[in-house]
Amino acid sequence: MIVASRAGHAALALAALAVALMPLWASGYHVQLASTALVAAMFALSLQLLVGAAGMVSLGHAAFFGIGAYAVHLLPAGLSILFTLPASALLAAAAALPVGALSLRTRGFFFLMTTLAFGQMLFFLFHDTPLGGGKDGVFVSRPALEAFGFAFEVPRRSRPTVLLLLNLGVLAAMYAGLAALMGTLFGHALRGIRENEDRMRALGYDTRRVKLAAFVLAGALAGVAGHMSAMTEAFVNPELLGWHRSAEGLLMILLGGLGALHGPILGAAAFVGLGEAATLLTERRRLVEGLVILAVVLVLPRGLAGLRLGLLRRREPAPVAAAAAEP
Amino acid sequence: MNPAALEAVGLTRRFGGLTAVSDVSLRLSVGELHAVIGPNGAGKSTLVNLLSGELRPSAGSVRLGGADATGWPPWRLAQGGVGRSFQRTNVLRGMTVFENARLAAQSRAFGLSRWLRAAAAEAGPIAGARAALARVGLSEAEGAVAGTLSHGQLRLLEIAMALATAPTVLLLDEPLAGMGPEEGERLAALLKALSRDHALLLIEHDMDVVFAVADTLTVMVDGQVLERGPPDRIRASAAVREAYLGHEV
Repeated sequence: MIVASRAGHAALALAALAVALMPLWASGYHVQLASTALVAAMFALSLQLLVGAAGMVSLGHAAFFGIGAYAVHLLPAGLSILFTLPASALLAAAAALPVGALSLRTRGFFFLMTTLAFGQMLFFLFHDTPLGGGKDGVFVSRPALEAFGFAFEVPRRSRPTVLLLLNLGVLAAMYAGLAALMGTLFGHALRGIRENEDRMRALGYDTRRVKLAAFVLAGALAGVAGHMSAMTEAFVNPELLGWHRSAEGLLMILLGGLGALHGPILGAAAFVGLGEAATLLTERRRLVEGLVILAVVLVLPRGLAGLRLGLLRRREPAPVAAAAAEP
Repeated sequence: MNPAALEAVGLTRRFGGLTAVSDVSLRLSVGELHAVIGPNGAGKSTLVNLLSGELRPSAGSVRLGGADATGWPPWRLAQGGVGRSFQRTNVLRGMTVFENARLAAQSRAFGLSRWLRAAAAEAGPIAGARAALARVGLSEAEGAVAGTLSHGQLRLLEIAMALATAPTVLLLDEPLAGMGPEEGERLAALLKALSRDHALLLIEHDMDVVFAVADTLTVMVDGQVLERGPPDRIRASAAVREAYLGHEV
């Protein structure tokens, strides 16, 4: 998986700036839509740690997103975001640990099906029991923007703006953290596992433990995304945990590009934008979405991040001519 | 004789009704190049996979440095000092030669802080990776993406990756397969040199190379040890001639 070059990061930073300034040039509706896209991007980015970095395709990832969202409902109302956000991440990680430990006994297709099964179990836990307020969902009170005794009261009118900036900040932090992580030994080991797990084991890597660490971290980040979703929408329902959500995350990754860390961000923006455009055109929104995604996957095998205009990709090391390097 | 670095005691592996390896015992010690030869299907690769933990034995045991290591997973044996190469080239093709070797050298990292440090910032593994590449003669190609290497270079990278983990035992499964005569000769000299400070197990089909470099030979036929001894004795053995070597030796 490629981390964008300096020029690519500059382009991403410009895009972030444009989003941050949206309240000045876009309608309130579009500001809220941007928040939705930012949350979707967080979720897809957390899934990219599994799919793009380690080659583990999960259909149960939304369960951790949902748990992060429901944590906001389950925790007492009025707590500071400084407490609820880590709590959401921790709860999601705590759920991801046993699920990962069991699912990672399998690989490939069986891993996909095992994560699907665990994801649906967690879905039904919230759907069929009174734990989370039942199958119709429940309104939640937003965590307070409060730090070290200093409370930040948000008037109703400027709430979309504040939420937009908050979501943008969380997404940026998540991206920066993951970009740094890809350069560590942990990131390199994940890359090695995606390419050739058996070889990594023969080199002395306990690959299952490395993969479990990635699974739990991805779960925690999905929990963060879920927390921001609950905070943005002030509403949670069991659908947040459903496998459709996981599949949507995978679609965003596919749309944006499997091979690039920033792919899911582009993909999420495109996916939300596409849904919006399709609604304007027709009532058959899903049909349009499906056709466009199909076309993108066929025409751009590397996704939107593959449309790089020479900017977004770090230059690959120049291949040395094999003959010249012969000893 | 040196104490055994890695030892097989009565190793047996069955696949359903087929016994691929049957009651094989073997000692590998540092300073000795131990070659295993035998016709295709004799169980040589299965033996390597049993010694490296890729397969679990149906019976018998593996002893590493005198302690029982039977049933250990590959990564644990590797951590214990067993390095191996694969019969079919098995490297990380999307990474550069240097990154392959560095990842191999970094496999000995312990502790969260090392795992979260930038991979490119660690001097120890980088030096280890460079040394391993230099030893096999791949320094020139260290910037090349592994997938673009020639077949012979890939075979060398296989060995460099095993070397970069600083092993005591080297299990090399047909390292010369598909190499040209000149490359093969150079590699044979390298194997001989490596055997001075490693316990080296060599599976090889090229009899000229085997008889030139091996200190001890084990001949396997149908999963069993047919004969064992120094090259001269194996060459002279009537049983080996009959079963395997034919009249060419």
